[in-house]
Amino acid sequence: MPEDRFPGHRFLPYLLILPSVAVIITFLIVPFIQSVQESFYTSTAFGTKTIFVGFRNYARLFASPDYRQSIITTLIFASFVIVVGLSVSLAIAYLLNQKIKGRGFYQVALIWTYALSPAVAGTIWALMFAPATGIVPYIVNRLTGGYVLNWMTNGQLALFVVSAAATWKMLGYNIVFFLAGLQNVPGELLEAARVDGAGGWRTFWKITFPMLSPTTTFLLFVNMLYSVFQVFGLIDIMTRGGPGNATNILVYNLYRDAFIHLDSGSASAQSFIIFIVISIAAVVQLRVATRKAVYAR
Amino acid sequence: MITRTRTKLLIHAILIILVAVIAFPVIYALITSTLTFQQAYSYPPRLIPGTHLWQNIVEAWHRANFGRLFFNSTLISLVVSFVKIVLSLLAAFAYTHFRFRGRSILFPMTMVTQMLPLPVRILPTYQLMASFHWINSYYALMFPFFASTTGILLFRQFFMTVPRDLSDAARVDGTSPMRYFLQILVPISKTNIAALFVIEFIFIWSQYLWPLIVTTTADMRVVQIGLKMLLASEQIAPEWNIIMAGTIIAMLPPLVVLILFRKSFAEGIAMQSEK
Repeated sequence: MPEDRFPGHRFLPYLLILPSVAVIITFLIVPFIQSVQESFYTSTAFGTKTIFVGFRNYARLFASPDYRQSIITTLIFASFVIVVGLSVSLAIAYLLNQKIKGRGFYQVALIWTYALSPAVAGTIWALMFAPATGIVPYIVNRLTGGYVLNWMTNGQLALFVVSAAATWKMLGYNIVFFLAGLQNVPGELLEAARVDGAGGWRTFWKITFPMLSPTTTFLLFVNMLYSVFQVFGLIDIMTRGGPGNATNILVYNLYRDAFIHLDSGSASAQSFIIFIVISIAAVVQLRVATRKAVYAR
Repeated sequence: MITRTRTKLLIHAILIILVAVIAFPVIYALITSTLTFQQAYSYPPRLIPGTHLWQNIVEAWHRANFGRLFFNSTLISLVVSFVKIVLSLLAAFAYTHFRFRGRSILFPMTMVTQMLPLPVRILPTYQLMASFHWINSYYALMFPFFASTTGILLFRQFFMTVPRDLSDAARVDGTSPMRYFLQILVPISKTNIAALFVIEFIFIWSQYLWPLIVTTTADMRVVQIGLKMLLASEQIAPEWNIIMAGTIIAMLPPLVVLILFRKSFAEGIAMQSEK
């Protein structure tokens, strides 16, 4: 509980939070509640009539093989972005944190992908993998003696390429936060471990990694939000969910149902399902973060 | 000592390789943007820069109406970042310097909205814009982004570390809370403000889904959607040289912002990660 540093000003604090609270209620909370509400209704094509249908929108979604596939695709995509992205970034941040010359240069040279938008990342990777003319299919062709790499017809390959592109774009962001976390690990602790004869590998897993857990869980959550939702532009630019439905992640499916098929009941139900996914991740993050805070003390 | 120098050399070698590997896609894009259409389709792929960069940029600029899109994206990113910073400063000030009824509900409520990104409320937010007659306007592109949990958290954490003596001294001197806020608190938050500006500018500049659905005419589009238009306008063979010129236009402003403010950005993030 923060202290009252300016007692006697009764209305001022309300005035100060009013703009934020107004924006949050108008554009976030009320629309969210409406969205949950709409998920229990179905409407005729132009919203002229709405009918209460209970959980039928949800039942319809889970009965649909396409939607179940979309859930699996999202899980694969998100796991790739999170596991590969975080491990690679942590390794790079660890190297960057060593006492070496030119650290400033390396930092800038390794974090700038953070400034790229998902759409830009998608465009560049589409160029690199362009069938017949891209550099990657060319190299693969030469190395394998003739294999034709075409991610526009190969679904699994397409999912891999969009995952790799999305991971690449996030490296900069992850490195920035891991580096900040690493710099907060007390040097005395690492020194003590060294004096006790613990090797670099052991010190990392026994001391550095546990000390980093608030950063790691925070990044887990951010990367989850990113891979579940912010990555929309990358998918829309690169594959539009295709080929077939190979890269049709939940948010893309939602966009199609909401704004192309105009199925508002189903779209609202999908919004709520995405909310559940995010909440689970948020609760996990919160629990890990608070537990570690106690442990670290 | 020899092993030490060796390890260092090894670290340098690995880092240089990493820098090159991570930069490669963008370097390849840069090279492609300097080629002619024929050169972009040469086999094996060409890795030597050409001389057509300027022509390609001009072509992309005209084809996707980039002048207007660039203006839109810049305006939106600057205004939204500014409003977000102001609103978060004010709210964080209230949450750290005053005790008031309802704060134990309002603060958690603000934090919970982190879990309400656009897809979770997309249709009603769109319907709200329609009911305000805001579709295809700057209002629709800006207003839904004004809330900033990140900003409130960032400034709250910083304000809590400001010694009580500072505000006490101001109070004893008869300085009003708002003057203390404007003349002391805001100036000492410079680093955090710069860090938040970098985060928000990049975030808004990268928006794609929302501008895609709330804009209906070419003059209201943003740069990200311009990229989609450049890509989609091709029927048979994408003109990669032109598309990459457009991509470079689209990625420059946020890169410039990040590089200009990199020191404050790194410090702000470091402060945030403490504890």
